[in-house]
Amino acid sequence: MSKFTKKKSGELPAVNTASLPDIVFMLLFFFMVVTVLRNNNLLVKNELPKADQVEKLKKDRSVYIFAGKPSARYQDKYGKEGKIQIGDKYTDVSNLKSALTEARAKLLPELQDKVMVALKVDKETKTGLVTDIKQELRDLNMLKLIYITAPGTEIGN
Amino acid sequence: MARRATPEVNAGSMADIAFLLLIFFLVTTTIEKDKGIARQLPPNDEVTDPPIIKQKNLFVVNVNKNDQLLVEEKLMELKDLRQAAIEFLDNGGAPAGSPERCNHCKGKRLPESSDNPDKAVISVQNHRLTSYKMYISVQNELVAAYNFLRNRESQRLYGWEFTAMKKDLGEGNYHGNIEALETKLQNIQGLFPLKLSEAEPKKSGQ
Repeated sequence: MSKFTKKKSGELPAVNTASLPDIVFMLLFFFMVVTVLRNNNLLVKNELPKADQVEKLKKDRSVYIFAGKPSARYQDKYGKEGKIQIGDKYTDVSNLKSALTEARAKLLPELQDKVMVALKVDKETKTGLVTDIKQELRDLNMLKLIYITAPGTEIGN
Repeated sequence: MARRATPEVNAGSMADIAFLLLIFFLVTTTIEKDKGIARQLPPNDEVTDPPIIKQKNLFVVNVNKNDQLLVEEKLMELKDLRQAAIEFLDNGGAPAGSPERCNHCKGKRLPESSDNPDKAVISVQNHRLTSYKMYISVQNELVAAYNFLRNRESQRLYGWEFTAMKKDLGEGNYHGNIEALETKLQNIQGLFPLKLSEAEPKKSGQ
């Protein structure tokens, strides 16, 4: 019976938080594994449209083109018209060829002729801009492209 | 005196450290989006004499600057586009006995719609002011129509869906005979070849 008398009366036992670090570390590792470090400094708004009939991009042979209207903090300087971004800077349709050639040169030599262009275009952009980009790509003979989309579907919302 | 316990290291701040790291990673990383609709652009050479396509083999999808759809001269909602495209591609209107007869088609065989999937061309015309979101939605629905038909044929011939086949091959999850699988994919693609043409978009006032 001495077991029971030992207990101090009226004091709540402290919650054991010894496993809290373990839980948090598990979360941490999860995020470390599924995410990548942000490597592009986005200058344009980039909310991708949704689609569900998708294929996977081959990352080692792709060149990214971003397009959309400038981000809020650049709108004073560059206006609200849709702009193209390659690498870390804005590019004009007329400069697209040289910028793309430069981006292609950074790929592995054996993959350069299998290059795939990944278009990350904001959903509010006008199609005209995309058409201009496609025309330039045809001139450059970079014919494989992929419109990067977010998972989901646009129908019904 | 009782047995002296070894002094415990105070691990109370471990959780705080871990939280700090967690928040750092949450802020600096993104979940990368790496999936999309793949497309092959036509080469830029001037075509000297373009092939003549019969009106009945052409499925015209027009998108105007207000994101409205005009399909075969009729106003249509986006949600009906997939079914309309499937019906057009699967029609197989060539008469029985002709070399163009499509044996795997299960459509209505209307003489005024497409002859066979090989001849059927879908032409998308955009206005320059169409939103990109609408453009992608239309492309998505049309690709979905092709995928639906390819899946059906693939299921019938090989008991395996075309899209699943392609996904496994792309992600390297298939450990059988890869060449045989690629032949299968090509067979299915041959039954329903993707013939999507995109006209130069119209400028306003034209």
